[in-house]
Amino acid sequence: MSSTNLQTRDDGRLRHFLSTEGLSYGLLTEILDTAESFAGVAEQSVKKVPLLRGRTIVNLFFEASTRTRTTFELAAKRLSADVLNININASATVKGETLLDTLRNLEAMHVDMFVVRHSDSGTAHFIARHVQPHVSVINAGDGRHAHPTQAMLDMFTIRREKGADFGRLRVAIVGDIAHSRVARSQIHALNLLNTGEVRIIAPRTLIPSHVESLGVQVFHDLREGLRDADVVIMLRLQNERMEGALLPSEHEYYQLYGLTEEKLSFARPDAIVMHPGPVNRGVEIDSQVADGKRSVILHQVTNGIAIRMAVMSMAIQQKQAQEKHA
Amino acid sequence: MPKPRIKITGGRLVDPHNRVDDELELYVADGRVVAVGEAPDGFTVDIELDASGLCIIPGLIDLCARLREPGEEFKATIDSECRAAAAAGITTLCCPPDTSPVIDTPAVIEMIHHRAQQVGAARVVGLGALTRNLDGEHLSEMHALKQAGCIGVSNALTPLASTLIQRRAFEYAATFDLTVFLHANDAALSANGCMHEGQVSTRLGLPGIPEAAETVAVARDLALIQQTGVRAHFGRLTTQRAVRMVARAQFDGAPVTADVAIHNLYLTELDTIEFGSDYHFIPPLRTQEDRDGLREGLRGGTLSAICSDHQPHEPDAKLMPFPATEPGASGLDSLLPLTLKLVAEKHLLLPDAVARVTCGPAQVLNLPYGELSVGRAADVCIFDPGATWRLDPGSMRSQGKNTPFRGWEMLGQVRYTLRDGDIVYSRD
Repeated sequence: MSSTNLQTRDDGRLRHFLSTEGLSYGLLTEILDTAESFAGVAEQSVKKVPLLRGRTIVNLFFEASTRTRTTFELAAKRLSADVLNININASATVKGETLLDTLRNLEAMHVDMFVVRHSDSGTAHFIARHVQPHVSVINAGDGRHAHPTQAMLDMFTIRREKGADFGRLRVAIVGDIAHSRVARSQIHALNLLNTGEVRIIAPRTLIPSHVESLGVQVFHDLREGLRDADVVIMLRLQNERMEGALLPSEHEYYQLYGLTEEKLSFARPDAIVMHPGPVNRGVEIDSQVADGKRSVILHQVTNGIAIRMAVMSMAIQQKQAQEKHA
Repeated sequence: MPKPRIKITGGRLVDPHNRVDDELELYVADGRVVAVGEAPDGFTVDIELDASGLCIIPGLIDLCARLREPGEEFKATIDSECRAAAAAGITTLCCPPDTSPVIDTPAVIEMIHHRAQQVGAARVVGLGALTRNLDGEHLSEMHALKQAGCIGVSNALTPLASTLIQRRAFEYAATFDLTVFLHANDAALSANGCMHEGQVSTRLGLPGIPEAAETVAVARDLALIQQTGVRAHFGRLTTQRAVRMVARAQFDGAPVTADVAIHNLYLTELDTIEFGSDYHFIPPLRTQEDRDGLREGLRGGTLSAICSDHQPHEPDAKLMPFPATEPGASGLDSLLPLTLKLVAEKHLLLPDAVARVTCGPAQVLNLPYGELSVGRAADVCIFDPGATWRLDPGSMRSQGKNTPFRGWEMLGQVRYTLRDGDIVYSRD
């Protein structure tokens, strides 16, 4: 798939980070290794490295987000970059100014990187196709398509908890796969890292068509799907995306797919529980489990900063090397 | 000004309506075909066209071409598109009613006819709106629209409010012997979808349009066609199953025809994998199985016409993230070349391929075009079947340069186009 070409430079290094799909095992591992080297930065009293001093990163968010934007902002600041946050209500864009106009105007301010979130699938790809050669694009979530930094921070968390050999892991993703960009990016990343078994668990209304082609096993029964799992990833049930009769009630959903201690007992005793947040307690996960000893939900948040530092520095550092060449 | 008396010699004349495929001379006078083969007594020639090595076929008829006038002249105009059509060998364009204002009053269709006549290139016929302002609820004045020259009625891409309204609209159209042109789509099932629901939409996270959005609509529409007896035409079918349903209804004697858009005969959902907005179509590109099923339906005759589904756009309409772009491609320039490519790839024989863009659509429109019979309007396309060229959007004649076939090798080059006996296009 040529999103590979769009995402990497001629020498195979990262240029844009748009999707986990189409990247190589080597590149994903490099992101994880780089994040590992940044993980220590937060523990220092001066939580900054000068890697991106003088660089300008624009957080271009067309969709509301607090946590993702905040962690991107923090990651950029820890790399010593200048950060500009621009929130545009997509439905209220100024008449006549297109997305491309907005982009060109910002580019004229000598921006080095755009971190983009948008409700339309394909927006990050679109922007990456139209930016100038020295500008990088990081996808912070596009429609239902991809959220690659979230997926990579999840991989990072799994690796830290379970070791680097994904081949012996069974990973179960539970919930609204159909509307989830996080799930899609996780599935591609898990498969690229040679995960032993990737399972998805949901009622048929929340599973997109031909999902097996992504390389997953489908379960409709939570207990059966969790059997002997090493990693359990719960997805947020996004009520605002539910347009029709996808589910009868939150109550029935919780009965069938809500993660409780009892259901978790079907997974391996050392299984970890993950959630990209924000958590709907009592809908997809019981508070006892969310706050329990197997939950690594808060680690995920911490790890998100290291992963974003890794991706930003990899995409921009390469450019410094190029400039030296030139 | 009197029409020229034209003799066309030396070419391979392919006229599927009359089952002719032979090297024959064609004689044209007073805007009509006056003889095929032997010259009529005392025929004097004003213009002789040498068609040696060329094919002579009836002028093409395109069942679905948006001209963007009135209302969206920044995309295209009747002038630009009628000239582009003539240069592509197309002599009759059928325009859907979703102009702005909608073709729901005689004034709009009269204006369109008038503008096309002023241009003097391709002829334009139009479909009247099935409901007022395409609102899906209130019947249009179909009798008045027919009197004004509308050759059928349609609600374009807009759904009707209920099956009851659909039934009444069919009955009313049947009263005046008007053909209803249908876009088979269950609006609730297709919702906000922007591509085929399948493995690619799942991968890209794009809202999908399930196959059932088409088949459910075809089943419902066929039931109402059989109930009301209205003559109906399904435009731009995209699924194998829908083609089979229509084939069965035709076998059972239902007064129903169907066409396919040229891009659905070549492209599939897989072409969308890069979020390329030139592959954004409504109705959408489907699976390879569907594409093969459409080709099969074309061979068997269930699909009696190929249309361009011409939708010219200004560049900005395609310069957005995929779901926000406007669907459709500018298709006039590539209709004949891609139809000929079906012959080169052995999906159809030349006479059958020609039939699908001439007498096939003529029959759907119930108009006396698409054939080279003595006495009929002299609509003629003369093309070089051996010429190949690469499609460069910049050299397209249509004002819309949006095409998914950029860089494709095209087969066949139009040399002359005659409409009503006038040479409306001549290369060099």
